[in-house]
Amino acid sequence: MPAQGDSDFRSATISVLVDNESGVLARVIGLFSGRGYNIDSLTVAPVEDGGQRSRINVVTSGTQMVIEQIKAQLDRLVPVHRIADLTQQGPHVAREMALMKVIAAGDRRSEALRLADAFRARVVDATTESFIFEMTGSTDKLDAFVALMRPLGLAEVSRTGVAAMARGTRVI
Amino acid sequence: MSTSLPAADADALQPGAEILLRALKDQGVEVVFGYPGGAVLPIYDAIFKQNAIRHILVRHEQAAVHAAEGYARSTGRVGVVLVTSGPGATNAVTGLVDALMDSIPVVCLTGQVPTHLIGNDAFQEADTTGITRPATKHNYLVKRSEDLARVVHEAFYVARSGRPGPVVIDLPKDILIGPARYSPPSAAPHRSYRPQTEPDGGAIARAVALLKGAKRPVIYVGGGVINAGDAASEALRRLVQLTGYPATSTLMGLGALPASDPRFLGMLGMHGTYEANLAMHGCDVMLAVGARFDDRVTGKLAAFSPQSRKIHIDIDPSSINKNVPVDLPIVADAGRALSALVAGWEADGATPDRTALAAWWRQIDGWRARECLRYTQSRAAGAIIKPQYAIQRLHALTRESGRPTYITTEVGQHQMWAAQFFGFEQPNRWMTSGGLGTMGYGLPAAMGVQVAHPEALVIDIAGEASILMNIQEMSTLAQYRLPVKVFILNNRYMGMVRQWQELLHGGRYSESYSAALPDFVKLAESFHATGLRAESVDQLDATIRAMLAADGPVIADIAVDEKENCFPMIPSGAPHNEMILGPEHEATAAGVADAGLALV
Repeated sequence: MPAQGDSDFRSATISVLVDNESGVLARVIGLFSGRGYNIDSLTVAPVEDGGQRSRINVVTSGTQMVIEQIKAQLDRLVPVHRIADLTQQGPHVAREMALMKVIAAGDRRSEALRLADAFRARVVDATTESFIFEMTGSTDKLDAFVALMRPLGLAEVSRTGVAAMARGTRVI
Repeated sequence: MSTSLPAADADALQPGAEILLRALKDQGVEVVFGYPGGAVLPIYDAIFKQNAIRHILVRHEQAAVHAAEGYARSTGRVGVVLVTSGPGATNAVTGLVDALMDSIPVVCLTGQVPTHLIGNDAFQEADTTGITRPATKHNYLVKRSEDLARVVHEAFYVARSGRPGPVVIDLPKDILIGPARYSPPSAAPHRSYRPQTEPDGGAIARAVALLKGAKRPVIYVGGGVINAGDAASEALRRLVQLTGYPATSTLMGLGALPASDPRFLGMLGMHGTYEANLAMHGCDVMLAVGARFDDRVTGKLAAFSPQSRKIHIDIDPSSINKNVPVDLPIVADAGRALSALVAGWEADGATPDRTALAAWWRQIDGWRARECLRYTQSRAAGAIIKPQYAIQRLHALTRESGRPTYITTEVGQHQMWAAQFFGFEQPNRWMTSGGLGTMGYGLPAAMGVQVAHPEALVIDIAGEASILMNIQEMSTLAQYRLPVKVFILNNRYMGMVRQWQELLHGGRYSESYSAALPDFVKLAESFHATGLRAESVDQLDATIRAMLAADGPVIADIAVDEKENCFPMIPSGAPHNEMILGPEHEATAAGVADAGLALV
């Protein structure tokens, strides 16, 4: 597989609609690990009434040929209904949520709170020594906030991974 | 065929095992290859009480899958396997991957511990669906008796539809006891799986235009044409006849075109013919049908067929643009696409560019004149037999017999020589482990072929190393009076390993010598079969004739030249136009790049 420096190396956010049957997530993950594809982020949950279908959102990266191959291989799985390469299709919304615990006192504590406010992060838990911030947004925004919190006493991060869909009227 | 299966109405409650057999019968299953054990005893009890479905008791579960593959590949139907939980299932895994790689439709029923014990490390428990997930096209764990019939019908649909492959149904013992209601096969066998089989009309028209304009065309045929059934081979033959274009085939595609057709260039790839590989390298338009541009075919990817525009027909979209970028992809069943191409060519009134085609054929005939498969066989009494000659004589004498002949192989040099020297005129007559390269495939596969075609001549062309990997199946042959002929090219080496060690590892024959071999004649006799041996060229024909004349199973041990190598050969990592043609060219192998050494 071509290395990361190749000119057509790109990131792709792919949504996959699957039958919500036992083993389907293992099938998707096994496909990625077995064929040496990258998984940068992965989310999965039932999305239809009755829990018949689940939606998997996977952020992956590779050359155009590899990403086309990933989509073809996913489509080949028997319980897969539909696939959308949101990155290729055009404008889309891709957001994730993070919980971040910051343990700090004094100036660092107040600076963390001030930055959280600027980033529109919510405080969902507080003690005299700690905060848990909740933030929803793009991966880049979350990365930026995590980097800012690190010197201010960031102790723990829990992220959901990306949920995504196309903008406008287009559906998967 | 008579049956004692209960003619119960669909509403009656029945034990799971009886539902299972009823579903198999409704899927047209006539024979199951299996091995009993604790978890599947309810199924064996149900088998005991009926006679619609025949059970062939193998001696190892791997062999059950290969036998089902042989059955499937020689009939075009789904092969069925029945094994117990734990080791029964794990032993079947090699066969499942073999079927996956070669796209063979197989349904494998595995026993499982009762649902309430799953996950408890119970006796003979294994995570079968976990282990076989990457080994199958799809798999199921049946958790409710009422799902059983639907899952079986769905499994057969998945196994035979689109690109065929193996499907596992894991059956906990309590599910086999039931009770539940039967449901017959439905018109909509799966809620979402609908492979595309009809080609796009616009793409077919563009393909006809590309083919019509070709100056140096080549048709590259793969196993998908065999899998698509007789109609696909017929359409291919018609296309070759209409266009007069040269055609080559992968290992798995042999027989789709008659080997005797003057437009057939022989097999391509690592041990393919000089003319086939140079035609692939030099062509300007390539029509690939049901082939997947495997590394054994392409050689060095960067130098693969550099000047050609490529049309690729495949039923599996993931096979297209996987290894080699193509110009015109056509997702479809090979037979339907080829028929559409033939119809398109005829409707268009297309004719090939006769001047360019004649020049191309002159060039190809020049390559053919190199006689890349040439070898020298001494006819002196006592002369050692060349393996190529043994296969040519086997081919000639089986043709002389006039009987329908099916060939299976093990894996290695003998397999490549069989592909090169046994001319296949029809599809579905050649069963070999192409993708996975499974030593031990040939004997059980031959068993499955013979079960499907009791009157036919079924021959396993074997090596003395491979045959030992599933030799226990001689016992199955004896039990069911299956007159399979095992034709061993015995060179006392794992020949292909030895060849690579000679060419690439300085002649250091590390662990590739077949020491302490059995006496194959006595071994055959101990399994109630006939044992024959040929030591020299003057004994060869008589030995083959005796083998073909025998009523029961035979092992013919043919002592062949220990040092013979399989040529032509494209060393790993080399392009098509850098073939080693024979011993006189071996010096060039010293120049194999380090990058090539790292490849398999």
